[in-house]
Amino acid sequence: MERHGLLSYLVGFVLAVVLTAIPFYLVATHALPPSRIMYVIAVAAVLQILVHLRFFLHLSLTTTPRENLLAIAFTTVLLCIMVGGSLWIMVDLHSRMAI
Amino acid sequence: MSLNVTAMPSHHEPQSEAHEQRALGFWLYLMGDAVIFGLLFMTYSIMVGNTAGGPSGRALFSLNNAALETALLLVSSTTFGFASLSSKTGNRSAVLAWLLLTFVLGAGFVFLEIREFMGMIAAGAGPDRSGFLSAFFTLVGTHGTHVSVGLVWILIMSGQVLSKGLTLPVVSRLFRLGLFWHFLDIAWVGIFSVVYLPGLL
Repeated sequence: MERHGLLSYLVGFVLAVVLTAIPFYLVATHALPPSRIMYVIAVAAVLQILVHLRFFLHLSLTTTPRENLLAIAFTTVLLCIMVGGSLWIMVDLHSRMAI
Repeated sequence: MSLNVTAMPSHHEPQSEAHEQRALGFWLYLMGDAVIFGLLFMTYSIMVGNTAGGPSGRALFSLNNAALETALLLVSSTTFGFASLSSKTGNRSAVLAWLLLTFVLGAGFVFLEIREFMGMIAAGAGPDRSGFLSAFFTLVGTHGTHVSVGLVWILIMSGQVLSKGLTLPVVSRLFRLGLFWHFLDIAWVGIFSVVYLPGLL
């Protein structure tokens, strides 16, 4: 196995383990107030997704073909609009119906 | 492009390998899948409080089970990476061994998930119990179905590596299977961060 590729997977694995262990540990021990733990879970998830994209899917802003990056960026925008917009509408409806 | 490379041996010129590994079409498929998962996550987070007097995540989820599933999937993602690396150096038996290990780990994940689902359904917490549980089974079940399809694909690719060897088309398919498998691990990161951990908090 080529050394550089091996290193990439191993670094990705170790980072993913750390970013998984932190939120699981906090939920198991309740070492922080729940709202803080939610914040840590969210940050660790976003970081871990970036780690997977970089070290397992080998996405890179320099070597990945531009049309692939464009497709990924477009999907990210689409998801923000659809998920964010739907949550906005439903949360708004929820608070209006609660009055 | 795959038509004129079918008869090529594994030591092909680097240019066509680069072309094969652009995989734009497969990335478009994965992004479509990402939209499906994104909307299922959104549906789940809206429905999570609608338990209709039934059990909530706190009563149903097991942190140990979720941690074990996470470990199996993460290790299987890494072992698939080793299979990809071995395919680049043309080491056929190593590719087969890593694929087999990936399959076993993935099958372990599906086993744990099915056991969890059966346990929930037996306890009267099936998808028909509440809006929360409908959304839960749809989201987690969709992911589990993807992993199961991935397992079948791993078996098919192992068969092709065995019968055809590491030809350019086979390596190209392995590369796409790798994208699929790593993508499913990303979806699982979303599931334990949106479903299991907040549910047990």
